[in-house]
Amino acid sequence: MSESGPETEARRIADDARERARFEEEVLELSDQVYRVARRLVASREEAEDLVQETYARAFRSWRSYTPGTNLRAWLFRILTNLNIDRGRREQRAPTTQPLEEGDYFLYNRLEAESGAEDEERIVERLSQDGIVEALSAVPHDFRDVIVLVDIGDFTYQDAAQILDIPIGTVMSRLHRGRRILKQQLAEVAVGEEA
Amino acid sequence: MLNPCEKCEEVLQPFLDRQLSDSEHAEAEAHLDNCSYCRKRYRFEATLRMYVRQAFAEQMPPDLKAKLSALRTPLV
Repeated sequence: MSESGPETEARRIADDARERARFEEEVLELSDQVYRVARRLVASREEAEDLVQETYARAFRSWRSYTPGTNLRAWLFRILTNLNIDRGRREQRAPTTQPLEEGDYFLYNRLEAESGAEDEERIVERLSQDGIVEALSAVPHDFRDVIVLVDIGDFTYQDAAQILDIPIGTVMSRLHRGRRILKQQLAEVAVGEEA
Repeated sequence: MLNPCEKCEEVLQPFLDRQLSDSEHAEAEAHLDNCSYCRKRYRFEATLRMYVRQAFAEQMPPDLKAKLSALRTPLV
């Protein structure tokens, strides 16, 4: 009996197709998360939709490069971030020129000083959702990528490091600096809305 | 030498990200228990993070989901 007979071959093809279908289903289950992150990596909804479709096309094409049992989410988001970098889609804005040496408390201090409000929730509510979206889009992409993956994509520092192919220490420093830039932008947006 | 409030501000982010060691975490908590200045600012930061997350809870357009399914390998 030959192991490479037509029946064995047919079974192998069937197994392969089943495994592939299962992989595709698992990847599709992550699409809401992929979209949410993609939406914040690029400027417009249309670009995000294109980016997500390209990510899925590539993921389906290169499914054999995924090792079953390893982190599928990290594998998929790595495709997403690599495509985003390759295609030069990010609208690079000039880094903010203001000094960032103000501490972590400054946004609170500023909003509190303006409003005279006591309650922390109230103070946060003074920031509009649109203002937050606008503020994040003004954060330079290296910092924004990390914030988006950790704070919106719910990835650990370790996963974010793997996805972006940077050391974990860099994830932490970019996150810290990125959040400060975000808060600085929020302070500007909030002050702008007051005017 | 940092005063306790400066120290507290310095560990704000790693505290919220649960990246502090047990002893550092306990030290920060002990300060927060006794300092309304830092407590308010920490609570603000925690609320802000939730608020940022909510701002980005945008749903995927339904037709995109269908487009992604269409990219699947056809079963032959």
